[in-house]
Amino acid sequence: MEKKDTIIELRGVSKVFEDNGFKAVDNFNLEVKRGEFVTFLGPSGCGKTTTLRMIAGFDKPTEGDILLNGESIVGLPPYRRPINTVFQRYALFPHMNVFDNIAFGLRQKKTAKDVIVRKVKHVLELVDLEGFEERGIGTLSGGQQQRIAIARALVNEPEILLLDEPLGALDLKMRKEMQLELKSMHDKLGITFIYVTHDQEEALTMSDKIVVMSEGRTQQIGTPEDIYNEPVNAFVADFIGESNIFNGMMTGHLKARFCGGEFSCVDDYEEGTHITAVVRPEDVEITKPGEGTITGVVDSVIFKGIHYEITVLSGRNEIVIQTVRNATVGDRVGLRVDPENIHIMLAEDHTNKFYADINPDFRLEYNGHRIETSLTKIIRGSKRREDGTVVDAAGEVLEPGRVRILVSIQPQDIEMTDDQDAGLVQGTISNLIYKGDHYSYIIHTELEQDFVVDDEDLWNMDDRVGLLMPVDKMTFTLKRK
Amino acid sequence: MARKLIRPLFLFLILMFLYLPILLLAFYSFTSSTHIGAIRGFSMQNYVTLFTTPELTGMIAGTITLALGAALLATLLGTMGAIGAFYSRQRASSFITTLNQVPVINADVVTGFSICILLVVVLHISKDSYIPLVAGHVTLCAPFVFLSVMPRIKQMDSSIYEAALDLGATPFTALMEVVIPQIVPGIISGFALAITLSLDDYFIAMYTKPATFDTISTYVVNATKGAQTTIKTALWALSTVIFLIVVLVVLASNLRAMRLEAADTGRRAAAENR
Repeated sequence: MEKKDTIIELRGVSKVFEDNGFKAVDNFNLEVKRGEFVTFLGPSGCGKTTTLRMIAGFDKPTEGDILLNGESIVGLPPYRRPINTVFQRYALFPHMNVFDNIAFGLRQKKTAKDVIVRKVKHVLELVDLEGFEERGIGTLSGGQQQRIAIARALVNEPEILLLDEPLGALDLKMRKEMQLELKSMHDKLGITFIYVTHDQEEALTMSDKIVVMSEGRTQQIGTPEDIYNEPVNAFVADFIGESNIFNGMMTGHLKARFCGGEFSCVDDYEEGTHITAVVRPEDVEITKPGEGTITGVVDSVIFKGIHYEITVLSGRNEIVIQTVRNATVGDRVGLRVDPENIHIMLAEDHTNKFYADINPDFRLEYNGHRIETSLTKIIRGSKRREDGTVVDAAGEVLEPGRVRILVSIQPQDIEMTDDQDAGLVQGTISNLIYKGDHYSYIIHTELEQDFVVDDEDLWNMDDRVGLLMPVDKMTFTLKRK
Repeated sequence: MARKLIRPLFLFLILMFLYLPILLLAFYSFTSSTHIGAIRGFSMQNYVTLFTTPELTGMIAGTITLALGAALLATLLGTMGAIGAFYSRQRASSFITTLNQVPVINADVVTGFSICILLVVVLHISKDSYIPLVAGHVTLCAPFVFLSVMPRIKQMDSSIYEAALDLGATPFTALMEVVIPQIVPGIISGFALAITLSLDDYFIAMYTKPATFDTISTYVVNATKGAQTTIKTALWALSTVIFLIVVLVVLASNLRAMRLEAADTGRRAAAENR
């Protein structure tokens, strides 16, 4: 019978580097079952490699405990842990041949010579490099070195095999091949694998369990299906696969308003809750105009082999769609999404976000109105040259087509006014929700964008208002296209 | 036309400037002249004197023994220092590296004099124990070994040390079996450098050597002041021998480097073709 007990457990593990005080890992908790294939996934600098190094014993946690088979191994040096690592750049010993590299671990354990010969031969077969014993490391290709590195770790029959972006240095085709091979090796050997990667596809393909990390923290732990279909926050949704992510609000029972339309959904949150909605590109259906929940204009169509990637602009909202059916740029289309394909999450913040334009005079503009701020103040290192153009720190002109400025403003910082023309943008109040001490309004603008505004006064539904947004309450972020 | 002649002529003059003195000495070492200028006739007498006079052979053997011993110690210390500095924290590492540079630049006469003061005057260690002399030469050489080993360690893939630990090697085994083999070229060149430095030294030896002991440098300086012509002319022969050894070593090491480079490009080409 297969034992499915916990092999390794990380309890509240944190790591602060003494040199610079950088907190690489923050309160990391994880249980790994025997024989599992667990992947730490995240962008570079998210702490995944540091966590792996703490399991291997190269780094000591500042706080927390690491338990192997129920016993703490924090005090154990790396050479006393039944754990082996496959390093990012293989770390083979260049002055030894293939045999000596693989035999190194066994020799440390004083294994009998004939056993070493037999075991080395066996792992070389496992990685498909029979007869390579006498070869020098310098004569091997990247893929072969990679296999030797795996063989060198596996020959020690570790309880846990750690792999630190082992396929990072290989080309795409080789990487795909090795992914499948590693997976089948894992299935065959029954060893627990802990794998580190920043490649979400790699993680989805190989893992039993994925730990998504960002800025030293665990964002979500779950099966590949869970993580893909039910991301817990916008970071995970954005990092795993492609997604359309919208901010919005619950406007009724199983009704959510985002992307300029009201959609039915299956996630039950209280009315008035700020939400983030995630819709996968393959889940958006293109309909005839008027038949969808929202309408828009086809902005671009890219043929991707198995599908088309179509971008539709609905007012200021951009929706990416993957479909096998072609569309024509400029067509008006309707868009609908099945309720079960809309994933609703609690919003982490309630900020209104919109893109401002850079006009030909290199001033910020939205809806034809100047935003009275200086571009050079927003973009660090930028300068206005004598001819009026603005260049970034690298000296490149900030062409309106190349960069966009994302403006963020809090709901309580926007003010509604009856004097519509005084507002930066005009719209109609499409929802109002009483929140105890204030009302939350959704204003649907002519640019098909919803703004959330908190106000203590009661306004009427369908009122047309202008939205006053003080520049000093706005924050600006540079986005490159 | 004139320019075509000037260039090689200029080169020739420079080379003559560099090599003429030693060639002149080499030439006279094979004659029976007692001073430069007078040509008498071909003779190997100087070489016979050089290798048969106990005073001279003893002095040469002593110098070589001192060089080998001091170089060995300096290589050990310098290598350990470099490895230690490399694996220290950033701040400690740059502190050690900076401190290491001072003795490299410092004048030998200062080093020799201060070692003499500390060991002989303050600590009362007799010069006859050879300890001040060896200490002086190790002090002279170790920083250079450090400097020649350090770049090798920096070039090394630092994860191979961790890989060795990961595979069950203790830190000491990992150092001996994985790190040291990677930096052997740096250690060897550091050792060679240490030998030449020790052979070259005059000032430190002068301040720290036992009265009855002479290195080639101190001996030559004394002998040229003296009146014994047979010994003086034998030193011409000694200079010639040293020069020839240096030429041979340089040629051999250049040939080796060329051969290694050829083998390396060949291997890389083979790896790429695969």
